[in-house]
Amino acid sequence: MKILVAVKRVIDYNVKIRVKPDHSDVDLTNVKMAMNPFCEIAVEEAVRLKEKGVASEVVAVTVGPKAAQEQLRTALALGADRAIHVETEERVESLAAAKALAKVVESEQPGLTILGKQAIDSDNNQVGQMLAALTGLPQGTFASEVVIENDKAQVTREIDGGLQTVELTLPAIVTTDLRLNEPRYAKLPDIMKAKKKPLAVTTPAELGVEIQSRVTLLKVESPAERQGGIKVGSVDELVEKLKNEAKVIA
Amino acid sequence: MSILVLAEHHDGVLADATAHVVAAAQQIGGEIDVLVAGENVAAIAEAAARPDGVSRVRVADNAAYAHLLAEPTAALLAELAGDYSHVLAAASTTGKNVLPRLAALQDVSQLSEIIAVESADTFKRPIYAGNAIATVQSEDALKVITVRATAFDAVGEGGSASVEAVDFVADNAQSRFVEEQLAESDRPELGSAKVVISGGRGMGSGENFQLLEGIADKLGAAIGASRAAVDAGFVPNDMQVGQTGKIVAPDLYLAVGISGAIQHLAGMKDSKVIVAINKDEEAPIFQVADYGLVADLFEVLPELEQKL
Repeated sequence: MKILVAVKRVIDYNVKIRVKPDHSDVDLTNVKMAMNPFCEIAVEEAVRLKEKGVASEVVAVTVGPKAAQEQLRTALALGADRAIHVETEERVESLAAAKALAKVVESEQPGLTILGKQAIDSDNNQVGQMLAALTGLPQGTFASEVVIENDKAQVTREIDGGLQTVELTLPAIVTTDLRLNEPRYAKLPDIMKAKKKPLAVTTPAELGVEIQSRVTLLKVESPAERQGGIKVGSVDELVEKLKNEAKVIA
Repeated sequence: MSILVLAEHHDGVLADATAHVVAAAQQIGGEIDVLVAGENVAAIAEAAARPDGVSRVRVADNAAYAHLLAEPTAALLAELAGDYSHVLAAASTTGKNVLPRLAALQDVSQLSEIIAVESADTFKRPIYAGNAIATVQSEDALKVITVRATAFDAVGEGGSASVEAVDFVADNAQSRFVEEQLAESDRPELGSAKVVISGGRGMGSGENFQLLEGIADKLGAAIGASRAAVDAGFVPNDMQVGQTGKIVAPDLYLAVGISGAIQHLAGMKDSKVIVAINKDEEAPIFQVADYGLVADLFEVLPELEQKL
């Protein structure tokens, strides 16, 4: 079985972001970029399935700017066999990304496609579900465990209130939650080897997909700052303040 | 304009989140229908007729919709979507699972986790873990939207909407419910509790979370946790507050032994009053806390319980 794994280049999760002074967007110039943390978990799961002999090949794919090839090389260093770059410098909405990925799923015919549950920049949590709809495949979102058996995937999902297990017929789409696994680090020799692995470049136009935005970003603002608080010296003072000043306890 | 709200329900009970989503729908304006999908949901449909502003409850009561699996539920919504300008659901794991699938079936974008309605096509939503707020305008004919429940006050309960059955049955050969393991709790639900007390890595162990229980009982609070506490195995992951867990906005949030990483703040910084108890006075949590107490939580918690 072939596994397709989608990755996204995003701002590094440790970076404190800045809003541009003209409020047009977040300022990404000279900011450290990295693979989206949920995508790292997706790559790790695909590689583990290959190590267990469930998968025969792992293909990494991204939709995004030329610089995103860095993240594809990272995926290759972590154990993916080859990579596909759908290159566009335009802002790609979830639906357009899902349409491009659907074309790749159509041509590659993977048994399983794994994505992160959300990207930490747009916080949308949409692409995996949309890809499942467009390809007509079942979806296992927010996965904390994936077991492949007899052409089926048992996916344990993190839901509000606990865990839910669903069984999906393959091929299927799975999105990863944080506790699915702990991603490995790329080793130097693997990073060197990854430079020689195949990386095919295509464009949305070649795939027959239009990258059009139907959602306009009108404005980006910083959230309201909280007023600086005070330090109290004792439990008595804390309880007194909560009762009489903040009036949040009786 | 007319709006369809997907009702959220668990264990035969309509979830509080639904009345918050109806509030968002009222701000958009227009007729509001609520869709109750599930198996044996007559009682839920009755409850869904009561929130103010609901004109009609549409009920799809069929085994196909048990557990609201994404494939049949999105197919059902797609069947009904032609009657509406907006489809709304709570930004819960159910809403997040189903609505993007619906949007793609209808070839429209989806707006995730809105926190404000500017007009019928313009909304505010947080991006970058809540460190920026985007104002976005959708030109799609059908707007598919998930709503952050804590950002909208629930509507009251004086309504008496009509209840109508929906006959459409989605066939689904691709996915099957196997089992659910739900964490048991007598406390209020984390997402809608008025008071939340959360522990972090500083709690040291799962047993030590018991120190929070007496305080939670006295305050009628829900107990939450940081990702560090969940990853350390102290508590189950459905207690996690943060960008990747639950978003809460209670009247009072007590953060105990939590440093205040960006990821955690994204889940609680809209709380009305934040209290931080931490022995590290440099911890970032003190920058957002209204009241901070620099102290050892093991000394302070028993004293706090006793004095409440």
